[in-house]
Amino acid sequence: MSILVGLLLVVAIIAITYIGVEVLGLSALFGIVLPYVAVACFIIGFIYRIVKWAKSPVPFRIPTTCGQQKSLDFIKQNKIENPSSKGWVVVRMILEVLTFRSLFRNTKAELTEDGNLAYQWEKWLWLFALMFHWGFFFVLVRHLRFITDPVPGFVQLWEKIDGVFWVNLQALYLTGFIMVAGLGLLLCRRLFLDKVRYISLLNDYFPLFLLLGIGCSGILMRYLTHVDVTRIKELAMGWVTFNPTVPGDISIMFYIHLALVCVLLIYFPLSKLMHAGGIFFSPTRNMANNNRMVRHENPWNPVVKVHTYEEYEDEFRDKMRAVGLPLDKDE
Amino acid sequence: MTKLAKPADLLKINYKPPMTSWMDTPTVYKPGTYSYACKPESLKIVDMPNPRTWQTTDEDWQLPENWKEIVLDGLRDRLQRFRSLKLFMDVCVRCGACADKCHFFLGSGDPKNMPVLRAELLRSVYRKEYTLAGKYMAKMVGARELTLPVLKEWFYYFFQCTECRRCSVFCPYGIDTAEITMLARELLGLLGLSIDWIMGPVSACYMKGNHLGIQPHGIVDSFDMINDDIEDITGVRLDLSYNRKGAEILYVPPSGDVFATPGTYSLMGQLMLFHEMGLDYTLSTYNSEGGNFGLFTSNEMMKRLNAKIYAEAKRLGVKFIIGGECGHMWRVINQYMDTMNGPAPDNLEVPVSPVTGTVFHNAAGTKMIHVCEFTADLLKHNKVKLDPSRNKGVIATYHDSCNPARAMGLLDEPRYILDHCVEWYEMPEETIRENTFCCGSGAGLGNDENMEMRMRGGFPRANAVKYVKEKHGVNMLACVCAIDRAALPALMKYWNPGVEVCGVHELLGNALVMTGEKKREENLRFEPLQNVEEDDE
Ligand code: HEM
Ligand code: SF4
Ligand code: SF4
Repeated sequence: MSILVGLLLVVAIIAITYIGVEVLGLSALFGIVLPYVAVACFIIGFIYRIVKWAKSPVPFRIPTTCGQQKSLDFIKQNKIENPSSKGWVVVRMILEVLTFRSLFRNTKAELTEDGNLAYQWEKWLWLFALMFHWGFFFVLVRHLRFITDPVPGFVQLWEKIDGVFWVNLQALYLTGFIMVAGLGLLLCRRLFLDKVRYISLLNDYFPLFLLLGIGCSGILMRYLTHVDVTRIKELAMGWVTFNPTVPGDISIMFYIHLALVCVLLIYFPLSKLMHAGGIFFSPTRNMANNNRMVRHENPWNPVVKVHTYEEYEDEFRDKMRAVGLPLDKDE
Repeated sequence: MTKLAKPADLLKINYKPPMTSWMDTPTVYKPGTYSYACKPESLKIVDMPNPRTWQTTDEDWQLPENWKEIVLDGLRDRLQRFRSLKLFMDVCVRCGACADKCHFFLGSGDPKNMPVLRAELLRSVYRKEYTLAGKYMAKMVGARELTLPVLKEWFYYFFQCTECRRCSVFCPYGIDTAEITMLARELLGLLGLSIDWIMGPVSACYMKGNHLGIQPHGIVDSFDMINDDIEDITGVRLDLSYNRKGAEILYVPPSGDVFATPGTYSLMGQLMLFHEMGLDYTLSTYNSEGGNFGLFTSNEMMKRLNAKIYAEAKRLGVKFIIGGECGHMWRVINQYMDTMNGPAPDNLEVPVSPVTGTVFHNAAGTKMIHVCEFTADLLKHNKVKLDPSRNKGVIATYHDSCNPARAMGLLDEPRYILDHCVEWYEMPEETIRENTFCCGSGAGLGNDENMEMRMRGGFPRANAVKYVKEKHGVNMLACVCAIDRAALPALMKYWNPGVEVCGVHELLGNALVMTGEKKREENLRFEPLQNVEEDDE
C-alpha cells in the first residue's frame, strides 16, 4: 500500500509538471518560481532542523564504545572506536560519514537446522548505500558546471575521470548509473527482504522513488531524449545571478527532472533525509569516552533528594553499635 | 509460574514477520515473558507517583485521569532536555541494520523486538504529535495516537530490552535503542508503571544502601562468613574494616557479590588480593552497593542512588575509590557519575596504585578505578605471586558484559588477568568485545517470572558458549558483572549444562599465593584442587 502510494506520488508530480508546462504553458512557474521556493524551503528548513537539535542540550556523555578504552600503558587503546580525545573523535566521525563504518560491521544472523546461530557476511546494505551516496555526491559535483562560469577546474577534472568510458561518441558518466543502481538495489532490499519490508513506511518508499525519478529522468535526458544544454545553463545562471529568464523551448524531460529535484529539496528538511545533518549530532558517535578524565556538564543537572549518611545512622545506630561499626554520633 | 518449555521447543523460532502490520498486532502478555508490577510501598519510599496495588495483566492499570497528558508532557519535556532522544526520533532511515542484532529478537522472532521497531513504538506517537504528515496521514507514515493498548505495548517491550546497546554499534547513525528505552521507562514511571524487580532494589538501595535491603549488621555478618571461608581455605584471616575514616581507598563492590554465589567467590578473590597487597582500604555499609537500578528507572533516580558513593568517600576522607566487578554499575560510573554528582570531593586524588605507583590518568576526574584495571597493573608489574596450576581442570571462556564493553571499553584488562590465571578460549568474534551478546537478564529483567524471555534473550550468548564448549571443552564462563553471575548460571543450566559461571577474580583468587597460607587443597568453592595429586608424585 505505502509502496504504491509512494510511487503514485512521484507519478503525480511528473503528471502535474507535464500538464503545467506542456498544456498550461506555466514554464515560468516551473522554471523559476518553483526552484526559488524549493531552495528557500531547503535552506530555511535545514537550518531550522539543525537549530532545533542544537537547542536540546546533551546532558550526558554517552558514546557507544566499540573498542578498548584508554587505561593502562601496556593495554593498547583502540583510538578510533573508543576515542578519548577530540582529534580521534573527528577521525571516528570522518570514517562514519565517508565510509559508513558502522554499516560495514553488519552481519546476518541465521538459525541453522541444528539449532545454532551463524553469523554471515552481509555487506550488501553497506555497498548499496555507498553506491548511492557517493554516486549522488559526484553527480552533484558535476552539476556545479551549470551554475558556475567559468567552470572550476575540479569540476572539469572530475568530469574527465567520471566520463572515461565513451559509448556512441559520448561520455558515459559512471557515477550517475552507480547512483541509480544503488537506489534500485536499496529499493529491492525494501521490497524483497521480509524484515525490511515489515518496517518500511511511506516515508521510506517515497524518497527512494523520488530519487530514482530524478536519476532516471536525468539519464534519459542525457543519453536518449537529449536537451539543449546551453539553454539550461542560461536558465541556471539566471537563477544564481538573481536575474532569471525563461529561455524558450527546453525539453519537458528537463522540467520533470527539475520538478522532482524541487520536491526533494522541499521534502528534505521534513523527513528522515535529515540524517545527513543528524549524523554529526549523534552523541553516541561524536563524543569522546573520557568522562572519567574530564567532567561533562549537564546544564539542567537536577537537584535531587538523597538519603544521607546521617539519616542512615539515625535509623541503624543501635544495630551498628552492636557489631562495632564506627559511629559519627554516639549518643 | 508457568513451566518453561524444553530448549528444543524454545528453538522453534519463526523469524518471518506476521501478516498483520506491527501496529495492528496486539500485544500478548504471555506468562514467562513479562515481569510483575512494582509494589506501592517501593514507589512510596522513593516518592514516585501513583502508588497502588496492581498487576501487569490487569485490564485496569489504575492510571490517573489525565495519564495521556502526563506522558505527552513528559515526552515534550524530554525532547527538550535530551538531544539524543530528539535526534533518534528524527533520523532513523529504517535500513534494518539493527534488526537482527538484538538478542531478544534472535531468541523470540518477535518483530517488535527488532531495535528499530522497539524505537518505532515511541516514534509513532512522536510523529503523531510533532509531524505534519503524522497528524494527517497517520498510519502510512507510521504515526498513531497514544492509547491504552499502545501504553501496554510500551510497557511490555520497553521492559523487554536490556539496554545493552548492541543495536547502537551497528546503526549507521549510532541510534541507541537503550537510550530510547531508558527515556520510555522514565515516561512510564511518571504513571507509576515499573516492575517489582527494579523498584524493589531501587527502594531498598535508597534506604539501606544495597539492593537486598540488608542492614549494617547483616552486611558485617556476610563479610564475616566470607572471611571464615577464606580462612578455612587458605589459613589466612583477613582484617576487614567497615566505614573506617582515614582509609586510603574505599572499595565498592556490587552487593550481589556479598550475598550470593558465585559472586561471593569472586569477591573473596578480590579481598584476598587486597590483603596480600597490604591495601589500606575500607568497606562501607551505607554505600554497600555499586549497582544502580536507578539506571533502569530514570536519570534522577540514578543520581539519587549514585550520590552515596561520593558522599561516603567524602565522609571517610579516602583518597580514591575502587569499584568491583559489576556491569551496569560501571556504565553509571564511567558515563554518568561525574556529571551527575561530581566534581569529586576535594579529599579525593588522582588514583595512584600504592603497590606499583602507577597513576591512573584515565580516572583523573572521577577518581574511581575498576578493580580489573587495578589488578592488571599489579600483574604487569609482577607484584602478585600466582600458581595457575590451581585452576587446573578449569577451561574458561570470557563473556564481555554489555556495559563495560559498550559504555566503557573495558575489554583487555580482564583478559589480561585471565591470561595469567587460567587456560581460556575466546568465543566467536561476532559475540565478544563490542559485539558481545547480553546475558538476557540485564536492566532489571532477571526475575523468575520472566524466565522464558530470559532464556530466549540469553540464547545467542549461550549458543556462543556452546561453540567453545564443544570445540575446546570449556566448562567455565568468566565475567565481570554481578547480574551476569546471577543470570548466567540459570542460562547455562538451561542451554549448556555443565558450564559454570565465575567472576574473573575468583580464578585469580584460586591462583593467588598468599604469604603465610597453608597448603591449598580446595578452590574458593571448597572443591578439591585438581593439581594436588600431581604435586604429591
Ligand atoms: C552526511 C552524509 C550522509 C551520510 C553519512 C548518510 C548515510 C546513510 C546511510 C548509512 C544510509 C543507510 C543505508 C540505507 O538506508 O539504505 C542512508 C540512507 C539514505 N540516505 Fe543518506 N547519508 C548522507 C547524506 C544523504 C543525502 C545528502 C541524501 C540526499 C538525498 C541521502 C539520502 C538517503 C536516502 C534516500 C537513504 C535511504 C535509502 C533507503 O531507503 O534504503 N543521504 N544514508
Ligand atoms: S540501524 Fe539505525 S537507522 Fe537503521 S533501522 Fe536501525 S535504528 Fe534505524
Ligand atoms: S539495547 Fe539491546 S536489548 Fe535493547 S533493543 Fe538494543 S539490542 Fe535489543
